[in-house]
Amino acid sequence: MSARAPVSEQVHVEVVHDHHEAGHGSRKAYITGFVLSVILTAIPFWLVMAKVFPDPRVTSFVIMAFAVAQIVVHMVYFLHMNARSEGGWTMMALIFTIVLVVIALSGSLWVMYHLNTNMMPMSPGDMRNMP
Amino acid sequence: MAQSHIAAADDAELHFYVADEHGHAEGGTMLGFWLYLMSDCLIFAILFATYGVLGRNYAAGPSGADLFDLKLVAVNTSMLLFSSITYGFAMLEMEKGDQRMTQRWLAVTGAFGLCFIGLELYEFAHLIHEGATPQRSAFLSSFFTLVGTHGLHVTFGLIWLVTLMVQVHQRGLIQANRRRLMCLSMFWHFLDVIWIGVFTFVYLMGSLS
Amino acid sequence: MNSEPNPIEAYPHWWRLLFGRFTLESLPLHEPIVVVTFLAVAVGGLAVLGLVTRYKLWGVLWRDWFTSVDHKKIGIMYMVLGLVMLLRGFADAVLMRSQQAIAHGGSDGFLPPHHYDQIFTAHGVIMIFFVAMPLVTGLMNYVVPLQIGARDVAFPFLNNFSFWMTTGGVVLTMMSLFIGEFAATGWLAYPPLSNIAYSPSVGVDYYIWALQIAGIGTTLSGVNLIATIVKMRAPGMSMMKMPVFTWTSLCTNILIVASFPVLGAVLALLTLDRYVGTNFFTNDLGGNPMMYVNLIWIWGHPEVYILVLPAFGIFSEVTSTFSGKRLFGYASMVYATVVITILSYLVWLHHFFTMGSGASVNSFFGITTMIISIPTGAKIFNWLFTMYRGRIRFDLPMMWTVAFMLTFVVGGMTGVLLAVPPADFVLHNSLFLVAHFHNVIIGGVLFGLFAGIYYWWPKAFGFRLDPFWGKVSFWCWVVGFWVAFMPLYILGLMGVTRRMSSFEGTSLQPFFIVAAFGAALIACGIAAMIVQFAVSILRREQLRDLTGDPWGGRTLEWATSSPPPEYNFAFTPMVHDGDAWWDMKSRGYKRPLEGYKAIHMPKGTGAGVIISAIATVFGIAMVWHVWWLAAISFVGAIAAVITHTFNYDRDTYIPADEVARTEAERTRTLALVKA
Repeated sequence: MSARAPVSEQVHVEVVHDHHEAGHGSRKAYITGFVLSVILTAIPFWLVMAKVFPDPRVTSFVIMAFAVAQIVVHMVYFLHMNARSEGGWTMMALIFTIVLVVIALSGSLWVMYHLNTNMMPMSPGDMRNMP
Repeated sequence: MAQSHIAAADDAELHFYVADEHGHAEGGTMLGFWLYLMSDCLIFAILFATYGVLGRNYAAGPSGADLFDLKLVAVNTSMLLFSSITYGFAMLEMEKGDQRMTQRWLAVTGAFGLCFIGLELYEFAHLIHEGATPQRSAFLSSFFTLVGTHGLHVTFGLIWLVTLMVQVHQRGLIQANRRRLMCLSMFWHFLDVIWIGVFTFVYLMGSLS
Repeated sequence: MNSEPNPIEAYPHWWRLLFGRFTLESLPLHEPIVVVTFLAVAVGGLAVLGLVTRYKLWGVLWRDWFTSVDHKKIGIMYMVLGLVMLLRGFADAVLMRSQQAIAHGGSDGFLPPHHYDQIFTAHGVIMIFFVAMPLVTGLMNYVVPLQIGARDVAFPFLNNFSFWMTTGGVVLTMMSLFIGEFAATGWLAYPPLSNIAYSPSVGVDYYIWALQIAGIGTTLSGVNLIATIVKMRAPGMSMMKMPVFTWTSLCTNILIVASFPVLGAVLALLTLDRYVGTNFFTNDLGGNPMMYVNLIWIWGHPEVYILVLPAFGIFSEVTSTFSGKRLFGYASMVYATVVITILSYLVWLHHFFTMGSGASVNSFFGITTMIISIPTGAKIFNWLFTMYRGRIRFDLPMMWTVAFMLTFVVGGMTGVLLAVPPADFVLHNSLFLVAHFHNVIIGGVLFGLFAGIYYWWPKAFGFRLDPFWGKVSFWCWVVGFWVAFMPLYILGLMGVTRRMSSFEGTSLQPFFIVAAFGAALIACGIAAMIVQFAVSILRREQLRDLTGDPWGGRTLEWATSSPPPEYNFAFTPMVHDGDAWWDMKSRGYKRPLEGYKAIHMPKGTGAGVIISAIATVFGIAMVWHVWWLAAISFVGAIAAVITHTFNYDRDTYIPADEVARTEAERTRTLALVKA
C-alpha cells in the first residue's frame, strides 16, 4: 500500500505516455485465453447435452467447477487481473466483491430455505385466500 | 495558535510541500471504472440470488428443461466469446497505434455483439410466443430479468462502442480515447464473465432434470 | 383500498395519452393541511425566486454553484440540501407526535389514517435518504480532499452529477406532497403491501423513482470518493497515516458502492412487479414477498453503517483536537472500522427474526449482531482514553461529542438487547425498536453531523458559529431527544406497536404527551440552530477567523486558509506524520512565499444539471404512466450523456500570478493576525 507513485496531483492531465494503462496482454495471451475458454465452455455443454453422467447432481458440480475455472481464465487473460495493477487495489476490490457475492448468494439461499421453519403448516390454497 | 509557527526556525532536512510539481498524473479512471464494475457485479449477484431462490417456482408452468434450446445458447455463447477475442485484437492494434485496424476489429466486435443481442431477442420472442412470458411464474420472471439485464448491458455496450468509434474517427487514438477504449474493454470482458454464470447456472443447470 | 372508483375512468382517451393517469383529482385539494403547506411553500418559494431575481443572482448561482465541480461548493450544496430536508422530515415528525398525543380514547386526531401512513413513510425516507445521506456525503465531499492534501476529487464532473441526481430524488419526493401522494407502506415499502394489488396509486412509484434516481448519484459519489482517497493522497500519506475521518469515509464509500446496487436491483424487481406484472414478490405464481425483505436488508443494514461510520470519524477528529492529544489507539480505530465494514454484511437477518426461520439461522445472525457491537465499543473506549488526561476544551463540537457518547451507548445497548432473537420476538415492530433506532441515528449520526458542522463551519466560511445560540440549540436537542424517546422505550416494553394512528383507551396517552413535549423541545433546538446561523452570519466580523486554524487543528484541512482557495493548496503538502498539520506546526513549518506555478483544475460544466433534470423528468413520467414523455426523456438522457462525452475540453489552469496574488493576500492576513 505504501508503494505509491510519489506525486499524486490532478487526474485529468492528459499524459502522453501512460505506463499503467498500456502494456498488458499480448496476442499470445489473448489467444491462449480464447482457446482455454472455448474448451471450458464446450465441455460443460457437452456434459449436459449428451447426458454423460446419469446423476444430475454430479453434472451440476462438474459444470460449476468448469464455470469457476473459466471465470478465472477470463479474469487473467482478458481482464488482466493481477495483484499489482493499481497498487493492488483492483485485486482487493475484487476479493471484497467476491466475498460479498458469496455472502449475498449463499445467505439468501440459506435464509429463504429456512422461510417457514417456525411457521404454522399451511397449504398454498390457504395462502392464496389470506386477506 | 496557528500564527506562532510561521516564523519558527526552518528545519532544513524536512520538506513539507512539493515545490516542484510537474504534470504527471496517475489517473483514477481505471480504478474508478473497476469499482463501478464491482458494483454492477453486485446487481447481478442479487439477480442470481433471486433466480436461485425463485428459479424452481414454476407455478405449474413450464420449467427450464421444457424451454431451453441449448444449441441456440451454445451459438449465442460463441458469439460473445468471439467478440471478446476480437475486442482483444482491437486493443492490441490500439497499443500499436494502428487506428484503421483498431476500428476494424471494433466493428467486428460490434457485429458479434449485435448477433448475440439478435439471437437473444429471437429466443425471448419465441418463449413469449409459446406462452412462457415473464408474468407466467416466478421462475420465468427471474429468468427474463437476469438474462435480460445482461442483454441490456450488452446493448449499452454496443451504443458505447459506436460512440467510441465515432470519437476515435474524429480525434484519433489520443490518450483520452485510449482510456475510454480500455474502460469499454473491461466492461465487455466483464459481461463475458457474467455470461459464464448465466449459461452455467441458468441454462445448463436448468436443463438438467 | 380498491373500493374507491378510479377517477381516471371519467377522463377521455386523449387525456390519458397525454397525461397518463394524472387527473385533477390527484391534487390533494381535500386535505386542508396539505393545501396550507402548499400555499406556504409556494409563497416562500416565490419570495426566494423573487429575491434571487431582484439581486440578479441567477448568473452567480448558475456559474459559481450549480455548474461548479469544486468539491467544496458541492459539499456546501449537499449540506444546504440536507438541512432544508431536515425541516421537512422534522415537520413530519411533529405531525406524528401530535397526532399520537391526541388520538386516544375515541378521538381520531387530525390526520386520517391514509395520510398518517404517508407521513411516517415520508419521514423515514426523507430522514435517511435526503437528510442523513446528503449531510454525510456533503461533509465527506468538503473535508476529505482537504484532509488528504488534494485539490479536488478524482472525478469532479461526476461529483456535480451525483449531487444533482440526489436533488432529483428530492424533487420527486417533495412533488408527491402536492401532486398525487407518497407511499403509505413504511419506509422500506415491503410487498405485498407495496405491490400493485394493494398500492395501486402513485405513492409507491414516487418512492421507487425518487430512490432509484438518488441512488445512482449516491453510488457514483461513492466510486468517486474511493478513487480520490486511494489515488490522490498527498505524498507521504500512507494508509496508516490517513486521518481517521478519511478512513471512515473510505469505509463508508466502500459500503455505498457495495450496497446501493443491491437497493437499486431490489427496487427494479419491485418496479417490474408493479409495471410489467412479473411475480417476484407477489403471493401468486411462485412469488415470495419475503425475498424482498431479505434483499432489501442486505442493503439496509450496511446503510446503517454508511451513516454512522463518518460520524465516528468526526468524533475522532473532534475528540483529539479538543483534548489537545493524539487520538488514542489510532490503529485499533482503523481496524475496528474495517471490521465493522465487513461484519455489517453478516447481520441483515436481525431485521426479520420473526420471519419464522429456524434456530440455526436466528442464532447465527443474533450472534453476529452481538459481535458487531464489540468494535463499536472499542471505539468508545478509544475516545474516552483520548480525553483521559487531555486538556479538554468544551467548545460546541466537543459538547456534541460528549452528548453522543452518553446517548449512543444507551442506543447501542438496546440494540444488543434486540439482537437476542427471543427478545426480538417480543419487541419486533414495537415502539421499543423505534426508540432504539432513533437513539442510534439521532444520538450517533445526527449529533455527529452537528459536531462536524460546528467543527468545519469556520473552515468553510471563515467565521465561527455563535456559541450562545449553539448552546441553546444543544441543550434543547439533547434534553428534547431524551424526553421524546424514553417514553417510547417504555411504551414498547408495554407492547405498543409502531405506525398506529389512534389508540383505543386513554391509558397510554400520558406517555405520548411527554414524547410530544420532547418533540417540541427538539423543535426549539432546530429553531435555535436557525437563529444561530442567522446571528452568526450577521455578526461574522466579530466571529471572523483569519488564521485558518481556529481550533488548533491537527489535520491538513487546517493548513490552508478559511475558506480555502479554489485550488486548496498552492503547493501539494508532504506528509510525515499521522497528525500532519500538528507535525508541521510543531516542527516549524514555514509557508512557502514564492515559486508558484500555474495550477491545473477541472472545468465547470452544466451537463450534470441537464442530465439529472432529464432523469427527473423521466421519473415523473414513469410515476404518472406518461409513456411518451418517459420514452423521450429516456432517450434524451442517454443522448445528453453521449453528447457530454464529446466534450474533451475539461481542464483549465489557474495562472501562476493569480495563485501568487491569492497567496500574497493570505501572507498579509497572517501578518496582520500576528501583529
